[in-house]
Amino acid sequence: MENNISLTLKVWRQNGPKDKGRFETYKLDKVSTDSSFLEMMDILNEQLVNEGKEPVAFDHDCREGICGMCSLYINGRPHGPDDDVTTCQLHMRKFKDGETITIEPWRSAGFPVIKDLIVNRNAFDTIIAAGGYTSVSTGGVPDANAIPIPKVDADEAMDAASCIGCGACVATCKNGSAMLFVSAKVSHLALLPQGKVEAARRAKNMVAKMDELGFGNCTNTGACEVECPKGVSISNIARLNREFLKAKLAD
Amino acid sequence: MNLDSKIPQGPMAEKWSNYKANQKLVNPANKRKLDIIVVGTGLAGASAAASFGEMGFNVKNFTIQDSPRRAHSIAAQGGINAAKNYPNDGDSVHRLFYDTVKGGDYRAREANVHRLAEVSNDIIDQCVAQGVPFAREYGGLLDNRSFGGAQVSRTFYAKGQTGQQLLIGAYQALMRQVNAGTVDLYTRTEIVDIVMVDGKARGVIARDLVTGEFQRHFGHAVVLATGGYGNAFFLSTNAMGSNGSAAIKAYEKGAAFANPCFAQIHPTCIPVHGEFQSKLTLMSESLRNDGRIWVPKKKEDAEAIRAGKLKPTQIAEENRDYYLERRYPAFGNLVPRDVASRAAKERCDAGFGVGTTGLAVYLDFKSAIERLGEDAIRARYGNLFQMYEKIVDDNPYETPMMIYPAIHYTMGGIWVDYELQTTVPGLFAAGEANFSDHGANRLGASALMQGLADGYFVLPYTIQNYLADDISTPRMTGDEKEFVDAESEAKAKFEKLLAIKGNRSVDSIHKELGLVMWDFVGMARNKEGLEKAIERIAEIKKEFWSNVRIPGSGEGMNVELEKASRLADFITTGDLMARDALHREESCGGHFREEFQTEEGEAMRQDDQFAYAACWEYQGADKAPVMHKEDLTFEVVKVAQRNYK
Ligand SMILES: Cc1cc2nc3c(=O)[nH]c(=O)nc-3n(C[C@H](O)[C@H](O)[C@H](O)COP(=O)(O)OP(=O)(O)OC[C@H]3O[C@@H](n4cnc5c(N)ncnc54)[C@H](O)[C@@H]3O)c2cc1C
Ligand code: SF4
Ligand code: FES
Repeated sequence: MENNISLTLKVWRQNGPKDKGRFETYKLDKVSTDSSFLEMMDILNEQLVNEGKEPVAFDHDCREGICGMCSLYINGRPHGPDDDVTTCQLHMRKFKDGETITIEPWRSAGFPVIKDLIVNRNAFDTIIAAGGYTSVSTGGVPDANAIPIPKVDADEAMDAASCIGCGACVATCKNGSAMLFVSAKVSHLALLPQGKVEAARRAKNMVAKMDELGFGNCTNTGACEVECPKGVSISNIARLNREFLKAKLAD
Repeated sequence: MNLDSKIPQGPMAEKWSNYKANQKLVNPANKRKLDIIVVGTGLAGASAAASFGEMGFNVKNFTIQDSPRRAHSIAAQGGINAAKNYPNDGDSVHRLFYDTVKGGDYRAREANVHRLAEVSNDIIDQCVAQGVPFAREYGGLLDNRSFGGAQVSRTFYAKGQTGQQLLIGAYQALMRQVNAGTVDLYTRTEIVDIVMVDGKARGVIARDLVTGEFQRHFGHAVVLATGGYGNAFFLSTNAMGSNGSAAIKAYEKGAAFANPCFAQIHPTCIPVHGEFQSKLTLMSESLRNDGRIWVPKKKEDAEAIRAGKLKPTQIAEENRDYYLERRYPAFGNLVPRDVASRAAKERCDAGFGVGTTGLAVYLDFKSAIERLGEDAIRARYGNLFQMYEKIVDDNPYETPMMIYPAIHYTMGGIWVDYELQTTVPGLFAAGEANFSDHGANRLGASALMQGLADGYFVLPYTIQNYLADDISTPRMTGDEKEFVDAESEAKAKFEKLLAIKGNRSVDSIHKELGLVMWDFVGMARNKEGLEKAIERIAEIKKEFWSNVRIPGSGEGMNVELEKASRLADFITTGDLMARDALHREESCGGHFREEFQTEEGEAMRQDDQFAYAACWEYQGADKAPVMHKEDLTFEVVKVAQRNYK
């Protein structure tokens, strides 16, 4: 049932990459528990604009859990207290009346803050550019049904491919490792005959790029899997390691 | 205004082959000398930019999001059509073409649609080669499902995330070109104007959304793949950043804007529940394969449900009105979107709506779960059901979903000829941004098909026909007068916005516009309402330009400033939509004029008067636009009243 709650928000404000940043505290009254977390942020911003203050900058776009743009660290958890959701899918019914909510950006060496709660995740694109594709150009490809693919493989590839590139895995990892993200892409493609051809090389190049960009090493803490809003499995990391080893052996 | 559609000679099925056989090409050495600007990284933009890069052109590709993969296309759920006929159920290129023209209520250009159907199969091949994990059967071959407006199963899908997987495929192809150095990618960068040199589009003015700085970019040709303008309604199924600004910039530079009033209202969205609502969530049309739509047969039951005294599961089978199955026995729950949306509105207006507001109908999976088991339904729609539950806090396996129509897609857009070139030479438009293939109504799973067709298989040919004459045009530096002037004009506009310093937030004005659009330019329109809308929009425009408040400055990131500049263009769009809807005195597809309906409430086209695309020409900031016609002739398709009974 719908209810109204009052909240205290502790929000990270940082006016650009070079600013030191600080927490600001805001009060919000009468927030409907049926509203989403980002709608609550809209209400806060409307209030700030009406007071002549600068609204809080945060990333978002689809607001249905698929674009991977939203990225808040809420009460110490990426994407907040609910499981298997992105921040935009989080609803205020998960919070209590009178609660204090702390809202921070992703914090990781690989993702520098741009403003307030917005970080720069271009590193993910750079990692994909290093090999996260099949090397085929438009046209001249075989018929889609030319190669049958076992349903289990296709389904498993689909699960790995559900990664939305949000970066929660990196944000939650004490080492700031991007292994879950990289392994999801390596697995997605390695599981399909079309991607298998370049699997080992792809793994090697993507891992090298990840290291180069300052992401940390994976020590198998498993935190990433817990916070991944799309349930991307840590078993993908094992597959990545296998492909990586193959590439090393071939060298 | 030159509206030459440049339809190639020959019989319909041979036009595209004839075109390709006779068009001009650019040789590899010359491709290196040519620059193409692609605005947008959705399905249309990413596929075009990647393909141009592979061919050897120099490409500059822009997106307002932080990564190409975030484009609105990512949100498409249900699937993509193709005429593969893998299920052997009678599909063919001809049938896909025919269904699309008919589904569009005979307001699309036949030759373009035929080409779309022809290349549809290549898209599926391409995507599989990229590693798109389409759903498969146990034998390892691709699975298909059916969508509204078709009696065959021709829709390919990847769980409920087809758009995501197709976009990731195109994105990866794009990143491969970024790595190869053929594509320069500009993220968080918004195109704020188009630069004209000697009557041709030769570049763009961009604004870096992080620093607030303006940039000048030259291109021998410019492609707009910037998506649709449904967010003029404030509440829609589109992503928050979806906007029609680039299209409006093109329009202001002389590109005709065609059929702006053709907007699609999607029948299956989660109903509005509060004032704070920021967007509406679509529940994929694929759900209509297995879900049955109903409202209570008795008004008392509907009233009791609205008052919270009765649950839908308590209503006996004989007291449910499966109104789509009742009215349209042949297509049932799979009638096209416009028909399904109006039928829902009709029931709710008549007092049979459910939910607390009475503006909702049920989408029920009970029969399907009984027939196929919960696991089968979970496998098909699991993520959609989860999405629903997270938003509404109801379990759709146990109780029917509630749905209501919402603005979803815009068929109208920048006018393009057969080559996807606008009325401005050198300016092309692709994907949802153009008006080309869907007439007055788009069939489900056809937007993804069109976006990728345009980007992978149409523009890579047609743009060469244009660029072949440009091989000796030298690159410009961006210091030419035209570029400098365009930049200062754009800057002045942003400074003007910042200087208003009024009392109202951007969103509060946008919501006001949205309400006017929904009330008067929404699902049912009439003369009086549309005239009122035009008046109201003029007032909102005035209010905006005198009373909007944008905190902060033009330096660094300023989200309110971005939103304000897009809202200024949505106001222009809203006005165009209302004018177009007022002039089109007929009902067709997504455009329903109350004055033109049959006794049973079905849409009545006026083919003798309105079988044309209405192309609006800009006349200046405060002048009414002028309408020109591209007459539509139908060589192959037999124009008839659509009948889904
Ligand atoms: C919820 C939902 C579900 C859907 N499901 C389906 C489906 O199942 N099947 C189907 O066929 N269709 C579906 N559609 C429709 C389909 O997704 C869209 O029509 C299609 O993806 C549009 O693609 P596009 O490439 O034209 O534009 P978009 O994907 O909207 O991309 C626009 C791009 O332009 C950029 N851009 C915009 N303005 C500027 C600017 N000024 N400067 C720089 N960049 C700019 C954006 O950053 C973005 O990259 C669905 C739509 C919605 C809303
Ligand atoms: S693996 Fe999960 S947490 Fe990491 S980027 Fe992908 S979706 Fe986000
Ligand atoms: S806004 Fe798109 S995933 Fe949250």
